[in-house]
Amino acid sequence: MKSIGERRRYLPPALLLVGLAASVALPSTGLVNDYLQFVLMSVAINAILCVSLNLVNGWMGEFSVGHAGFMALGAYASAILTVKSFPTAPPALLFPAAVLIGGTVAGLAGIPVGILSFKTRGDYLAIITLAFLMIVKSGLENIPYTGGPRGMLGIPRLTTVAWAYFWCVVAFWVIRNLVYSKYGRGIAAIREDEIAAEAMGVPTRSAKLVAFVTSSFFAGVAGALFAHQLQFINPSSFDILKSTEILVMVYLGGVASLGGSLLGAGVVTILTQCLQPLGTWRMVVLPALLVLLMLFRPGGIMGYRDWNWLKPRLRKSKEEKAR
Amino acid sequence: MSALLETRNLTRQFGGLRAIGDLFLSVNTGEILGVIGPNGAGKTTFFNLLTGIYPPSSGDILFNGRSIAGLRPSQIARLGMARTFQNIRLFRQLSVLENVRIAYDSRLAYSPVDALLRTPNARVRERESIDASMELLELFELGSLADDAAGDLSYGSQRRLEIVRALALNPSLLLLDEPAAGMNPSEAMQLLDFLKWVHSKFSLTIVLIEHHMQMVMALCNRIEVIDFGVRIAGGTPDEVKANPRVIEAYLGSEGELP
Repeated sequence: MKSIGERRRYLPPALLLVGLAASVALPSTGLVNDYLQFVLMSVAINAILCVSLNLVNGWMGEFSVGHAGFMALGAYASAILTVKSFPTAPPALLFPAAVLIGGTVAGLAGIPVGILSFKTRGDYLAIITLAFLMIVKSGLENIPYTGGPRGMLGIPRLTTVAWAYFWCVVAFWVIRNLVYSKYGRGIAAIREDEIAAEAMGVPTRSAKLVAFVTSSFFAGVAGALFAHQLQFINPSSFDILKSTEILVMVYLGGVASLGGSLLGAGVVTILTQCLQPLGTWRMVVLPALLVLLMLFRPGGIMGYRDWNWLKPRLRKSKEEKAR
Repeated sequence: MSALLETRNLTRQFGGLRAIGDLFLSVNTGEILGVIGPNGAGKTTFFNLLTGIYPPSSGDILFNGRSIAGLRPSQIARLGMARTFQNIRLFRQLSVLENVRIAYDSRLAYSPVDALLRTPNARVRERESIDASMELLELFELGSLADDAAGDLSYGSQRRLEIVRALALNPSLLLLDEPAAGMNPSEAMQLLDFLKWVHSKFSLTIVLIEHHMQMVMALCNRIEVIDFGVRIAGGTPDEVKANPRVIEAYLGSEGELP
């Protein structure tokens, strides 16, 4: 007989599969209209952005404002593939490849930023990430091949609810694996005390690189999904405001938390949609919420905590079984 | 006895200040060496040089016969040199278990790819690290506090945890920076017995910076005295106690008195 604990192990993966099946089936049933599908995709894309930024800003305790820059690189790299390089390729093959390549390009761009974080931290690193964002944005504005400031038009609409859901699950799964590994513990140790971390054998440089590259990879993935959702991108889609939007999700949902990232992205995305009737006044509600949260709960809704079902389980050791 | 650690001409300048000057010191395998000296003598700087937190300005450090000058602190730690800090530096927000696991992690062999995909190899190693770290915590009677945040522990337990964390690196050399700081005389004497036990249980070599003289004299096989970054005396506790230069460094010479 399997214990309840044993059976519960299979519950999260089973639910994920049901979710995937639903995300594939729902749009074709006609129960969910285009607008709702758009919102669902946005929640998933924002959740990817949020959890990946959380790796650097939450778990590692740095303050990056350049996340939109990595997102832009992923969006442009994937759009070049689907619009310019292989416009006639079958989307079923092309799209996953384009998303992966978008992520890879952004991940590679994470390397120099990671290297700069070896010697610089805190406010100074925040300035460096800001500079990175400005370089990417003005670089893109000056490349005629991708339309300069006008951006790229006519990107095929390849992002579906199913794809957005799939990549969202991948992002959360990989980042969960990372933060509950020795590299993740090293990243948290850097946040707590970098000198003590080094003295306890944590190779802080490679830990920082792993954090930055993973974080920017998934920002690129989200960028690729975003480009093929909106079918139009230009450099000003990826300005400091976009970064700020992701920062709000991270700090509202909760730093260093998977569940918090999901909550933050969900609350901010859905609230933004629900507040549309308020017009300009909606720009007041969310910041006010953030101020209140910082006053009463500085770590965000779920700061430094997580739901148990999101944490990886390990098989019990022999001693524990014997008990 | 062979030398586990040796410094040759070790020097460290901070701008115009010579914090450590031409220091020749050696630590023999298995001994407990006390490093004493007045405040500001350069004792903690000496530890920071050994563990790679500062690179030496000149001179060399040999650990197990190998030069470690210029290596990163994490590399030196992995070679088997562990330390505690004068002002406890635990990962305060992390759990007691995580604090120990972070040090134990340096012994776990799995790659970033193993970690990102959580391969069976990574899972086996994770299990190993939890079991070994728990065992270590149980040994030091911290097992019941494993899930508490390290910053929430009492002062004494934090000091103890810092030593456990250092031991999780499986060091051959343990550097203790004022372990008795903030303890009253009877607590310091308990610490003395505790350190003797740790020394034999883990077959360690220990270098200890301490101001608590009674404890230093009772614990150490040998004592080195530094002042203004220079070695001024050395020998057995009794020799050091009788050395006029040591008395002068601590109390000033007679001529200075009005």
